[in-house]
Amino acid sequence: MDITIHTTALPHVDPDASLAFYRDVLGFEVRSDVGQGKMRWITVGPAGQPDTSILLAPPAADPGVTEDERRTITEMMAKGTYGWILLATRNLDATFEQVQAGDTEVVQEPTEQPYGIRDCAFRDPAGNLIRIQELR
Amino acid sequence: MCQPGWRRARVQAQRLTDLARLRRVRDRIDREYAQPLDVEALARDANMSAGHLSRQFRAAYGESPYAYLMTRRIARATALLRRGDLGVTEVCFAVGCASPGTFTTRFTELVGMPPGAFRRWAADAAPDRSGAAGAADESGSEITVEGMPACVAQQVTGPVRNREAPATRQLVA
Repeated sequence: MDITIHTTALPHVDPDASLAFYRDVLGFEVRSDVGQGKMRWITVGPAGQPDTSILLAPPAADPGVTEDERRTITEMMAKGTYGWILLATRNLDATFEQVQAGDTEVVQEPTEQPYGIRDCAFRDPAGNLIRIQELR
Repeated sequence: MCQPGWRRARVQAQRLTDLARLRRVRDRIDREYAQPLDVEALARDANMSAGHLSRQFRAAYGESPYAYLMTRRIARATALLRRGDLGVTEVCFAVGCASPGTFTTRFTELVGMPPGAFRRWAADAAPDRSGAAGAADESGSEITVEGMPACVAQQVTGPVRNREAPATRQLVA
């Protein structure tokens, strides 16, 4: 078996706002951008790591999702209990300062956790929790 | 304006805006729990009355903002007490509680033992673990969290959330 983690998806509400966050605030490169309006599929990822991507996708786009389910998903996104991802960096403090300077909603300043790691957390424009852990 | 579909869409859009506002209040609790926050101040800054915020927050998240704030503080307190270099009163103030009495009561409700006893228990438990658990020897947790994303580990090892504060409890420590 030779399996890599290639793409993971996070939902967006406002594709342009999400694109701006991942490209301009996190500094990711944009690898593809298809669709239009709310139905945009935008692939982003860190420069130098072409094999790992995040797909910013419209939520509940599968036609099999019912209207009730779609409403539940959009409400969970709004209240911040739906999408999340764990990123990592070697320099947490500099990263935190840069992301914070991008007018991002901060959920947690860099904190030493009892289980031996140090991390911080933000919201992306769609309400996804972006947790960033320090590599050491 | 008269079409029922439009009206439904408008109501739903307003609901999402309201939920996002509650999310910002909850995130602020997570971010600033160590400050002398209270529900009045949270509500004021979100342009809501304290009663409205408490009701809406509870409807969205299943617990009041006061309960969420105190749970956040107690979760951090368990982490600081495990470290062993701070006393109970120091930890109480470090996590934003102004009243040691309220801190001890809430801690005991959530963790199942008073903070002093927890601190002694963590100190006794730590040396046993350091040999076997290696890098995780700081956790002092009953549950193995190695290899688990930290935020998930916190949910697993954090204080039990389902023991809710009575709704009548309004004062923030």
